[in-house]
Amino acid sequence: MHHALSVSELNNYLRELLETNPLLSDVWVEGEISEFKRHAASGHCYFSIKDAEALLRAVMWRSAASRLPALPRPGEAVLVHGYVSIYPQRGDLQLYADMLLPAGMGILHARFEELKARLESEGFFSLERKRPLPARPRRIGIVTGPQSAALHDMLTVLGRRCPLVEVLVAPCLVQGERAPDSIVAALNSLFQAGVDVIIVARGGGALEDLWSFNDEAVARAVFASPVPVITGVGHETDTTIVDLVADLRAPTPSAAAELVVPELPELAAEVASARARLDAAARASLSLRRDQVAEAARVVERHSPLRRVDRERQQADDLVRRLERSVSAAIQLRGVALAGVAGRLQILSPRATLARGYAVVRRADTGQVLTHPAQAAPATPLAITLRDGELRATVENGEG
Amino acid sequence: MNAQTPMESYETLYARLQAVVARLEAGELPLAETLQLYEQGVQLAAECQRLLDAAELRVRQLQVAEPGLDLLP
Repeated sequence: MHHALSVSELNNYLRELLETNPLLSDVWVEGEISEFKRHAASGHCYFSIKDAEALLRAVMWRSAASRLPALPRPGEAVLVHGYVSIYPQRGDLQLYADMLLPAGMGILHARFEELKARLESEGFFSLERKRPLPARPRRIGIVTGPQSAALHDMLTVLGRRCPLVEVLVAPCLVQGERAPDSIVAALNSLFQAGVDVIIVARGGGALEDLWSFNDEAVARAVFASPVPVITGVGHETDTTIVDLVADLRAPTPSAAAELVVPELPELAAEVASARARLDAAARASLSLRRDQVAEAARVVERHSPLRRVDRERQQADDLVRRLERSVSAAIQLRGVALAGVAGRLQILSPRATLARGYAVVRRADTGQVLTHPAQAAPATPLAITLRDGELRATVENGEG
Repeated sequence: MNAQTPMESYETLYARLQAVVARLEAGELPLAETLQLYEQGVQLAAECQRLLDAAELRVRQLQVAEPGLDLLP
């Protein structure tokens, strides 16, 4: 050290030293409140914490102070979280507090509350970022303690409900100092392997046993998960930070397993329903076709040669009937004509001539009608037919 | 991670079955195609059911750096 430091240099050096110290930059202090003051204009709070032998000045900015349910009273035992630094203008070393809790709740709970408040302000628990579980997961990742009852229960449920899925188990330590790192490593290995959903399961127990699930690194790993994460806790115990960050929290590991997969009968039902639709569609198609065939048959029948024969047979019958009718008509007609002819015959009959006074002369022996005198020699007997009778006569003389 | 999981096989078959049903339901197909599709659908449904009946849960343990974390024998 070859030259003297200015006061500013020294204070700034101290500030940097304090603020980069891992213990002092994230520290819990237990003590008793003395002289707590809230600055009316700014809303910042200035106070001291002390125990039997020592005193520490502290400041809490308005933003942190606004989260206090009530301002602490002097003499109250508290747990205060924050970082230690100095205020260079005055050279005062003080605790810059961001959280103040009653000492009675214990350091673990206090830490929990502090982390929860911080992650909440970062939006880790926001409902808008909760993702729905995949409807049909193919690969399911499980982060849990090896050989745990929780794992056994989950595999039993998955095997019973939906043995179509593949399960990737990433074992981890769930207790002890190394547990948070182990859980983060297990999560990362699942992210890398590629799964559709992750179950983080833990047995229930004392708050100390759940400490790994209230760890900030674990909370951040779950938050960063590319796929939905569901937690399953052994018993209905206090909610952990990881439960809050996860997309869904199930009451038990078995319940988590049940929530992530569909049940086999659901799949069987959808196959059965598809099968039924298949049958119905085929039946509908066939019955449509049957109708078409029936219609076609009707058309064919209309044009059938048998129909034509029938039709022609009928035509023939008609013709015959018409023929019969016309024949009988013709016959009648002819009857009338015959009558006419008979009349005419009557006219031509010799009787009519006889009636007019003519006579017909026949040889009585041969019946021959005589039209020439040579036909009858003298003494030939004659029969003369008159209108009303016959005369007998004999030829007197021959010709010439 | 490259082999199909049974769920993927099931989904592939089921999607094909759905497609066949949809085509049949749309109708307007020649009779031969209708019968062929129907037979194909029946077969797909049977394969789906077979997958469901035969499925056995596959469990794999990932290698994790932590020693002493053996889960399965």
